[in-house]
Amino acid sequence: MNRTARSRSRKIAPAVAVAAAATLILAGCSSSSGGKKAEEEAGDISAGKADTPRMTVAMITHAPSGDTFWDTIRKGAEAAAAKDNLKLIYSNDESAADQAALVQNAIDQKVDGIAVTLAKPDAMKEVVAKAVKAGIPVVGLNAGMSDWKEQGLLSFFGQDEAVSGQALGTKLNSTGAQHALCVVQVQGAVNLEQRCAGVEKNFKGKTTKLYVNGADMPSVKSTITAKLKQDSSIDEVVTLAAPIALTAAQSVDETGSKAKIATFDLNKELISAIKGGSIEFAVDQQPYLQGYLSVDSLWLYKNNGNYSGGGEAPILTGPAFVDKANVDTVAAFAAKGTR
Amino acid sequence: MSMTQQAAAAVTTPPAPGPGTEKDGRTTERPLAIRLLARPEIGVFLGAVAVWVFFLISAPPVRDGGSMANILYQSSTIGIMALPVALLMIGGEFDLSAGVGVIASALTASMVAYQLSMNVWVGVIVALVASLGIGFLNGWLLMRTGLPSFLVTLGTFLILQGVNLAVTKLITGNVATDDISDMDGFSQAKALFSSSFDVGVVQVKITVVWWLAFAALATWVLLRTKYGNWIFAVGGNKDSARAVGVPVAFTKISLFMLVGFGAWFVGMHQLFAFNTVQSGEGVGQELIYIAAAVIGGCLLTGGSGSAIGPVFGAFMFGMVQQGIVYAGWNPDWFKAFLGVMLLGATLINLWVSRAATRR
Repeated sequence: MNRTARSRSRKIAPAVAVAAAATLILAGCSSSSGGKKAEEEAGDISAGKADTPRMTVAMITHAPSGDTFWDTIRKGAEAAAAKDNLKLIYSNDESAADQAALVQNAIDQKVDGIAVTLAKPDAMKEVVAKAVKAGIPVVGLNAGMSDWKEQGLLSFFGQDEAVSGQALGTKLNSTGAQHALCVVQVQGAVNLEQRCAGVEKNFKGKTTKLYVNGADMPSVKSTITAKLKQDSSIDEVVTLAAPIALTAAQSVDETGSKAKIATFDLNKELISAIKGGSIEFAVDQQPYLQGYLSVDSLWLYKNNGNYSGGGEAPILTGPAFVDKANVDTVAAFAAKGTR
Repeated sequence: MSMTQQAAAAVTTPPAPGPGTEKDGRTTERPLAIRLLARPEIGVFLGAVAVWVFFLISAPPVRDGGSMANILYQSSTIGIMALPVALLMIGGEFDLSAGVGVIASALTASMVAYQLSMNVWVGVIVALVASLGIGFLNGWLLMRTGLPSFLVTLGTFLILQGVNLAVTKLITGNVATDDISDMDGFSQAKALFSSSFDVGVVQVKITVVWWLAFAALATWVLLRTKYGNWIFAVGGNKDSARAVGVPVAFTKISLFMLVGFGAWFVGMHQLFAFNTVQSGEGVGQELIYIAAAVIGGCLLTGGSGSAIGPVFGAFMFGMVQQGIVYAGWNPDWFKAFLGVMLLGATLINLWVSRAATRR
């Protein structure tokens, strides 16, 4: 025991020394470029607040934690919640069974409305029916284009993955690409496969698929590099998420390949890459809009009985293209992480 | 290369006794080749060579120097972490927080530099302190509670995963860090952690050099220093080690801190190679590091292994992962191919070491 005590005090001394030195150094080490200081920007969107009675809405998604795309959906939902004077309970789980349990949790809490994604519609069917039976209005967002009506949801806000893939495929026809590589970052994810299938359907050239490990960027980079080397006829890389697109740009650069890059979804860094020309264009499904509209629609339903689409047609939030021509108007919003 | 030929010859020729002399087999020194084969890292070396030759034949692009550089790069990002993980495993412990630890370090450096508008080196140093701190905490908790390292580090793994996400969101308002590539000190740090240099026409990443340098250093420490002996001793039998005066607590805690150092280094590479970090990354990598160490001949139970073995283990992993793409096989089967090749390679490893140590 004596030994441990001694070695601990011996550890503390250098630690204190390092901390003290760091504090001293900090003073003289400011960066003259970039950083938070350079990020001076306007505040969040705010447009007053409704005076309707406080209500509670649950949003339950199949999002993986720590993903920039889903964070934008959540921001949209939070903006609508703040404006409509409602309390938003956000939860997410990638596994369908656990997501269903979260919906049950919301029913138990007797919320006033539920916004849910139906990435695996069959697994969610039972619990959604329970919510509808309990008299809770339910709307769908992002995933579930083919099932929302049948399951009794009021409205659906999203982009048809297949349609957006097809739109990208059509756009590639006009850029003269011959051989597209579709990079999938999660093996076996239905919505990602639909995008690739959509591209393949409308694109007149050849489409090849490549799986990468999205949790490990160095491996994403070397796998794309390897593929570009293996098949030099690839002249277009299609990625399904913004961070993957930025990494693909490095691979293309390193291999000296002539491939151009198109991607689904946006983020701040991707906007500058489009500006700089290293990425050709992005298909934006406007995740902010999906989050915002689904929450706002529950408020409208409660307070005025309205429901978008009349229970018949989905509300499409995409596909919207962002390329060099319109990137400047989008850039300001993307910098705040809301586009 | 000469070592391969020697080893290969030893496998094909039957172990014939010396010409004309009849001796009691127990006292003769076994041939050099057989003694080499009995070393823990030789099996994996042969496995790695087998995988390499296999892809040389079945995937023509692998024959290109640039492809080899790419494979080595992928291997190095696994290998740099596999080294301290292997040392820790020889010392008898696991670290499941190693994968997210890499991302935690990168997030720390990026956010400190960006949010305080500091020179990026400040972030790099704060991240180093944080990573060593996480390692220290792991080791200290382990020694203090006596719980298995599997449990302790599973706890830190989950904590770090949550903290990575929550703190990033709290501080930046997003789930990824901001781009720091235009800040002071970035290019210097990039030169250290993520530059590349030309060998002939081939671009080689600096991580490959660091990987091999760290491996050489680790080998020297393991085989030639008192500390190296301590690592084997605490992994073999903790109580006997303590009885003969090995500082068990110091050795184990420092090994965890070494893993922290590795996580810091790889984290810095990721930050300076990709400019931003997504907070959800890194999950699952810890198993790949452990796999590379085990394929490299480190015993899961501790007390045995080498630092060179995991180098080949990581190479084998990188080779298989990229080789499948170079070969242009159906990507749906990718993970299955990976599993089969790794199992196969590990079996070769096992078979060689059994055959070599059998009397």
